[in-house]
Amino acid sequence: MNRIQSALAQDKKLLSIYFTAGYPSLHDTVKVIQDLEKNGVDMIEIGLPFSDPLADGPTIQESSTIALKNGITTSILFDQLKDIRKTVHIPLIIMGYFNPMMQYGIEAFCAKCQEIGIDGLIIPDLPVAEYHEHYKEIFEKYGLINVLLITPQTSDERIRYIDSVSNGFIYMVSSASTTGAKNTFGNAQQKYFERIQSLDLKNPQIVGFGISNNETFMQATKTSKGAIIGSAFIKHLTQQGIDKIGDFVKEIR
Amino acid sequence: MTYQANEKGYYGDFGGAYIPEMLYPNVEELRTTYLDIMNEPSFKEEFNQLLKDYVGRPSPLYYAKRLSEKHNTKVYLKREDLNHTGAHKVNNTIGQILVAKKLGKNRIIAETGAGQHGVATATVCALMGLECIVYMGEIDIKRQAPNVARMKMLGAEVRPAKSGSKTLKDATNEAIRDWINNPVDTHYIIGSAIGPHPYPDMVTRFQSIISEEIKWQLKEKEGREHPDYIVACIGGGSNAAGTYYHFLDNQDVGIIAVEAAGKGIHSGESAATSQLGKEGIIHGCKTLLMQTQDGQITEPYSISAGLDYPGVGPLHAHLHKSGRGEFYSVTDDDAMTAGLELSQLEGIIPAIESSHALAVFNDKKFKPDDIVVISLSGRGDKDLNTYIDYFKL
Repeated sequence: MNRIQSALAQDKKLLSIYFTAGYPSLHDTVKVIQDLEKNGVDMIEIGLPFSDPLADGPTIQESSTIALKNGITTSILFDQLKDIRKTVHIPLIIMGYFNPMMQYGIEAFCAKCQEIGIDGLIIPDLPVAEYHEHYKEIFEKYGLINVLLITPQTSDERIRYIDSVSNGFIYMVSSASTTGAKNTFGNAQQKYFERIQSLDLKNPQIVGFGISNNETFMQATKTSKGAIIGSAFIKHLTQQGIDKIGDFVKEIR
Repeated sequence: MTYQANEKGYYGDFGGAYIPEMLYPNVEELRTTYLDIMNEPSFKEEFNQLLKDYVGRPSPLYYAKRLSEKHNTKVYLKREDLNHTGAHKVNNTIGQILVAKKLGKNRIIAETGAGQHGVATATVCALMGLECIVYMGEIDIKRQAPNVARMKMLGAEVRPAKSGSKTLKDATNEAIRDWINNPVDTHYIIGSAIGPHPYPDMVTRFQSIISEEIKWQLKEKEGREHPDYIVACIGGGSNAAGTYYHFLDNQDVGIIAVEAAGKGIHSGESAATSQLGKEGIIHGCKTLLMQTQDGQITEPYSISAGLDYPGVGPLHAHLHKSGRGEFYSVTDDDAMTAGLELSQLEGIIPAIESSHALAVFNDKKFKPDDIVVISLSGRGDKDLNTYIDYFKL
């Protein structure tokens, strides 16, 4: 069983944190991962920076720009992570855009992920049909779970298709937006959460985009398996540095 | 070999729709409706009427006698510079604003580099009474003040793109982000033959009026529809796509694409994508793009803001890879010289983008009886300051 599937099998709501590799400093990647696990985070998304992250809001864009200036590359990230499984046991997912992976070579990228102990990938600009047709076999060959996104605008029919192609969890984008923190969820989100719950999908859902504090975490996980926090954590790193990660996690739950 | 996009939007190996799920409903709505809308008689009638009465089409096909003598061949110029707003861009914005209306959208967004597409979009939004927001790199806003003023005068809001390198590619990212955040009421008018399917095909079809006119105009003047060569400059490649469109399948017509080499192909300051680019994904399509070995998109350079884009449209990537198109790269210096030459031989001051196409004579020798049609995609008014600075006029 993949570590993601084991985590999903636990009887609790999962807290997943996204951060940008190589941020705030090039060599902070491993310490951030270790501290997140120590403080009880259930799953981590490691952001592979891209020059043109078009699904991201200003916070993650800025952190990506800085990480690239710091000198992060795909190869350096893999090198930083080569011994990560000696200390870290929770699921690790790489989240990034498709072009840098293509340039590394998709199969080489997947093989390297397996070697390091990466459990899954989230690639916002790789559409489900393209994945299904061309890359699913490669991902599965290397034991990688591809996490696909749905949004409030995704039709029921398409959600069922995405569910059928998925084998881990579905990344439920909370609203029609790029990434970024919000303080609360409104009626539209509640209705959307309930609609998805009523579809009775085979894959559990984890909510992302707009989760920033205990209130939004609790709201999002009422009907879902967990929630992902990204921009709010990046802001915390920007303001507090990497020594107070525990403070941030404790605020959430 | 076909040069049409297939139903998934691929030209050979290039194209497709590499978009986040958040954009899927918008792009899918467009994909499933654009051809039907464009084929409706009422749509065609309104589109053609506006091109005629508002844009001033057909644009002349002008036999450039003195330029022909100078280069010892027969040169015709397709005068897109005489269109309303000063360039070919308006052919596409007229088409897309009518599509947006059919789809019931009331808010229009666009990206712009030099401001030509922004102005063409602001113009049609004013014409139709629709809200218009144009994203423009913060650096470009400073470089292109007159076009910013034109957009504002036309009632558009110009929003600075402050991310990344603060130029055209970042303005495009910001427009895409806006569309993600406004999925229901907004239509995104992409200005070039780039982006996710169906944009490259839709933009190409709207611009194909250029080659449609060339065919009958040439027939009138030369007794045949097909030139020996057709020449256009390429940034993203919308004027080129429209200029080539009706000649793509006729192998007797040589297709010539002229890119911006900036300060030299290997100077580190260039936009010669066919030479420097590798296959990858930019702004939702697979194409040739300039990037680092690590897959980060790099910042191009050209004296011409309209050619200053790190990719080319997927049709052009296909023309390059298949060998159907001949690609040349022209430096800033050669383009500027060609622009001055046209001004003084024919009394036409071209946009610096078009000057690149006019510099083709440096690299390509034509026979005396060859008929060479060059797309004069825009007029040089917007570039006067650049010409003045360059030539110390």
